[in-house]
Amino acid sequence: MPVRVLLFASYAEALGRDEVAFDPADEATIADVLAHLRTLPGADRLPPRPLVAVNARYATVTDAIRSGDEIAIIPPVAGG
Amino acid sequence: MRAAIVQRPLDAAALLAEVAAVGHGATTCFVGTVRDTHAGRHVSGMDYSAYEAMALHELNAIVAEAEARFPGAQVVCEHRTGALGLGEASVVIAAAHAHRAPAFDACRFVIEELKQRVPIWKREHYVDGTRAWVDPTAMAPEGSHP
Repeated sequence: MPVRVLLFASYAEALGRDEVAFDPADEATIADVLAHLRTLPGADRLPPRPLVAVNARYATVTDAIRSGDEIAIIPPVAGG
Repeated sequence: MRAAIVQRPLDAAALLAEVAAVGHGATTCFVGTVRDTHAGRHVSGMDYSAYEAMALHELNAIVAEAEARFPGAQVVCEHRTGALGLGEASVVIAAAHAHRAPAFDACRFVIEELKQRVPIWKREHYVDGTRAWVDPTAMAPEGSHP
């Protein structure tokens, strides 16, 4: 079952979409999600180590992902 | 404590009233507004967007942390998203306490943490018709804070 990968703001603009589906292998991590994103057009505008979240909580690239997870790639935040 | 991400104009007076209590001898309020210049460019407006579920979670956590860090403080915060014009408020924080120092400190804590952690983004529109995403991590550490 695929995971949803959410893109926001400048990253959504770079890849021309705000969501990507990814079908993770067993024992996949967020690093695998990022590797998949880097195969897509526009991904050269993503930084080497973007902030990431799993199910709306900050995470690290080595964190495992599970079927049904909502992954988010978080551009530099600029609230306020 | 309360935090919210909203799509309507913010009302600082309403937030001040929300934390008002006879035991609070001090209430502070921070209002962040859309400025007409940024890094030497003339700004005409701003679009704010958020990863709303996560932004709300982080904002609630920050407000709770503020109240834990400054016991007795009562804090509320609202952040607006959508298209904002010059001078419109993008964020309002009200913090009340029996005494002024924790009221100031709690308010400051919330805005500084918000800028570090809450997944909200803004795209500036310039008078010359161009626009750009604001990236605080790409700015000089002094003199050019958003």
